[in-house]
Amino acid sequence: MSRASDVLSGEHFINGNTASAEGAIAAGCRFFAGYPITPSTEVAERMSRRLPQIGGTFIQMEDELASMCAILGASWGGVKSMTATSGPGFSLMMENFGLGVMTETPSVIVNVMRGGPSTGLPTLAAQADVMQARWGTHGSCDVIALAPSSPQEMFDFTLRAFNLSERYRLPVMVLSDEIVGHMTEKVVIPPAEGIELFDRRKPSEPPSEGYLPFEPGPDLVPPMANAGEGYHMHVTGLTHDERGYPIITAAAQTKLVRRLCEKIRQNSRDIIACTEMETDGAEVVVVSYGISARTSWKAIRAAQRGGVKVGQLKLDTLWPFPEERVRALAGKVRGFVVPELNMGQMVYEVERCAAGQCRTRLVPHPGGETHDPADILAAIREVAA
Amino acid sequence: MKYWREPLDRGRCEVPKGKVTIIDKRCKGCRFCVEFCPRKVLEVSKGFNEKGYHPPEIARPDDCIACGFCELVCPDFAIFVDQQASCPPPAAKAPKTQEVGAH
Amino acid sequence: MTEGHDEHDLQHHNGSSSVHRDRSGTVALHERHHRETGEHPLDHLLRPGRIPHIWCTGCGLGVVLTAYLNGIQKAGVDLDKVAIVSGIGCTGRIAGYINLDSFHTTHGRALPFATGLKLANPELKVSVISGDGDLFAIGGNHLIHAARRNVDMLVLCVNNFNYGMTGGQVAPTTPVTARTQTSPYGCWEHPFNLPYVAAASGAVYVARWTVLHARRLVESVAEAVRHPGFSFIEVISQCPTNFDRPNKGGEGIDLMHFYEKKTVVKNGIDPKEADIGLYTPIVCGKFVDQSKPTYDSCYTNMCTMARGGKK
Repeated sequence: MSRASDVLSGEHFINGNTASAEGAIAAGCRFFAGYPITPSTEVAERMSRRLPQIGGTFIQMEDELASMCAILGASWGGVKSMTATSGPGFSLMMENFGLGVMTETPSVIVNVMRGGPSTGLPTLAAQADVMQARWGTHGSCDVIALAPSSPQEMFDFTLRAFNLSERYRLPVMVLSDEIVGHMTEKVVIPPAEGIELFDRRKPSEPPSEGYLPFEPGPDLVPPMANAGEGYHMHVTGLTHDERGYPIITAAAQTKLVRRLCEKIRQNSRDIIACTEMETDGAEVVVVSYGISARTSWKAIRAAQRGGVKVGQLKLDTLWPFPEERVRALAGKVRGFVVPELNMGQMVYEVERCAAGQCRTRLVPHPGGETHDPADILAAIREVAA
Repeated sequence: MKYWREPLDRGRCEVPKGKVTIIDKRCKGCRFCVEFCPRKVLEVSKGFNEKGYHPPEIARPDDCIACGFCELVCPDFAIFVDQQASCPPPAAKAPKTQEVGAH
Repeated sequence: MTEGHDEHDLQHHNGSSSVHRDRSGTVALHERHHRETGEHPLDHLLRPGRIPHIWCTGCGLGVVLTAYLNGIQKAGVDLDKVAIVSGIGCTGRIAGYINLDSFHTTHGRALPFATGLKLANPELKVSVISGDGDLFAIGGNHLIHAARRNVDMLVLCVNNFNYGMTGGQVAPTTPVTARTQTSPYGCWEHPFNLPYVAAASGAVYVARWTVLHARRLVESVAEAVRHPGFSFIEVISQCPTNFDRPNKGGEGIDLMHFYEKKTVVKNGIDPKEADIGLYTPIVCGKFVDQSKPTYDSCYTNMCTMARGGKK
C-alpha cells in the first residue's frame, strides 16, 4: 500500500504539525480521522490533502469521540491510523483510548497541548495534559507517550509512535504543545529505504476453530489478525480471555489487566528514550520535556557561565517514566529542577524516584507562554546553593 | 385454518413434511414456538429441563408442514425443523383427523 | 437431540424420538449435517460454548439474532468478510455470540468504529447491531452523521423502549406515559420516531418490523445488506423484565400476541406517520428504498481527482 514515493524525503521548512503528519505518512499511516481543534488542526489539514493522493483515507468526524473510535475501527481493518487533537478533544477521547488499550489496537493520538482547564487558551501553549495522558482513562493501564520539542522531533516521534503502537498493540500518544506544533524549522525526512518500520505481528497459523486472538507471545503481545481475514475473532472492551470472550470475574480481570500493564513494564527499556546533556558530574539536573526543554537551555547556559555544574535530562518519552535513570541521577546530584507549563505534574514522578535522595524543585507555569528562563535560572541557583 | 373456498389445485399440491427437533436444555420456556405454530404441532411439556423451564414437546408430529416458523421465532436456538420428502397431495391420503400423532 | 440429555429429557420427548426413528431412512432436503448431529442449523454461526445467551425469557433479542444470521446467509455475501459492530446494552451483546469478526465497542460508539472499519477495508460487509439507547441517545450524533455520509453498512436497531441492561430506565424511545425506573410517574418526554430520524438523516433503506415479523425481518436484512449505502432497520422488541412489567404489558408471549394483533404493515409510507405510543398499533413496513452514491464511491472519485490534480 505504501510506496517509497509517498515519503517526502529531503529537507523541508515546515511547522511541527505538518512534520507530524509527514512522520505518520512515512510510518505507513493511511487513515486519519479527526475533528478540527486549535492548535492541532494543521495535522488534519495536511492529512486531508496528502492521504487522497497516496491511497489513504481522510475523514473529518462529527466529534473527537467518533474520531478516536474511527481510528480503532480502521486499525482492525488493517490500516495504520491516527488522530490529532488538543485539550478538550483529548478529554473526549479518553474513554475510547481505554477501549484501544483493552482491545490492544495499534493507533496514534497526537495531542498538541494548549492551556486549560476547559476551553482555556486555544491558541497558546501548555503542558498540562501529561498526567491526563497517564491516568485519563478509567481503570488501570500502562501507556506510552512521547514528547517532541521541535518540528524534527514531531516527525521522528510520530513515526516512532507508530512503530511502538504496532509493536506493543496499544494507542500511543504524542504530547506536543502549541509552540512546537506551530514552530517552523528545518525538518529532514530521510529516504524511505532508510526508515525502519515495525508492522504488527500476524498470527502464524491460518484461521481455525481454536484460534485464540488474545493469546500473548513471550513479549506479552498477542499477534493480531485483521477483520476480513477469516479468523472470526471477537473483540470487546469487556474483560476477556484469550478467546476474546467476555469473562466477568476477578480472575480474568487479574490475568488480563496484569498482562496489559506488564507488556509495557517488561519492555520499558526498549520504549524509554531520554536525551542527556552534561549530566556527568552535574550538581543540578534540569528534568524537562517538550518546549520547556528548549526554554531550559538558556537558563542552563547562564548557570554554567556562573560556575554551576548543571545538566539536562530531556524526557523524549514521558510514559513509561525513566525511573531507573532518575533514581540513579538522584544519588549523584544535589537536586533536580523541573520546569513545566503546568502547576506541577511530572515533578511528582521525579520526586517519587528521587525518594528523598536529593532536592526536587518545580518551576511551575500555568501556560500561555514559555517560562522566563530567569525563573529556571533562579531555581537552578537555589538548588545548587 | 379455514378456507372460504378450496383452492382449485389443492389436489395437486404437495404439502411439505417437517421433522421438529428440540434442544430442550437450551429452552427458556417462552412458548413462542408453541403459540405461533400454524399447525399447533407443539405443546408445553409438563416436565422440566435442567434450568427449570418447561420446554415444548412435539404433540402432533405428522401435522408439521416444515414452515420453519418455530425455528425463526425461537429466541434460544432450541428448536429446528428439517424438511422431509413432501407428502403426496392430500387427495391421495386418508382423510385427516385431529387424533393423528396426538398423545 | 443433543448429547448429554438425561433420562428425564428423553422421557418427555418420547414422541419425537419415535418420529426420529421412523424417518431415519428418508432424505432430508437441507442441512443433513445438523439433523444427524442434533445441532441447530445456526450453530456454526454461533460462538462455541456461548449459548445459552444472557437474555431473559420472552425477550426478543434472540429472535433478532436468529433473523440476522438467516438474513446475512440469505444475502449471499462472503461470511469471512462480514464484520459485526455493536455498542453497549442488551442488544450490544449480540456481537459476542456471532462466530464472525465481531466488535463490542463502547456505549454509543459502534457507528464511528464501524465507519473506520468499513473505510479502511471497503471489502468488508459491516453490520452495526445495537439498541435504541445506544444508537439514538448516547450515540445519536453518530447515527445522523453516518446516515448523512451514506456509509455502506446495515444498522439493525433493536428498540425495546428502555435501557434494559441497567434495569429499565427511560430512553429516547420511551412512549409518553410509560413507566420506567427513572420515569416513575410516567414518561413526559416526546420520544424519537426512529425510522423518521434515520430517513431524514439520509438513510437509503429504512424499514421497521417487530420481533414477530421474523420472516420479513430475514428478507429485510438480506435486502438491506445487499443495498449499497446506509440501511436502517428498526426491530420492535419486548422487554418483559424491565419495560413491559411496570407497564402491565404482560409476558414476552403476550407482547408477541400484541404484535400479531396490533401491527399494520404499510410499505412505502412516509416514516413520519410511524410514531409509536404506549401499546398503540405499530406501523411496520419498508418505508424508504432509494439509491444515492455511497461515501466509499464519492471518496474514491475524489481521490482520483486529487491524484489527477497533483500531476
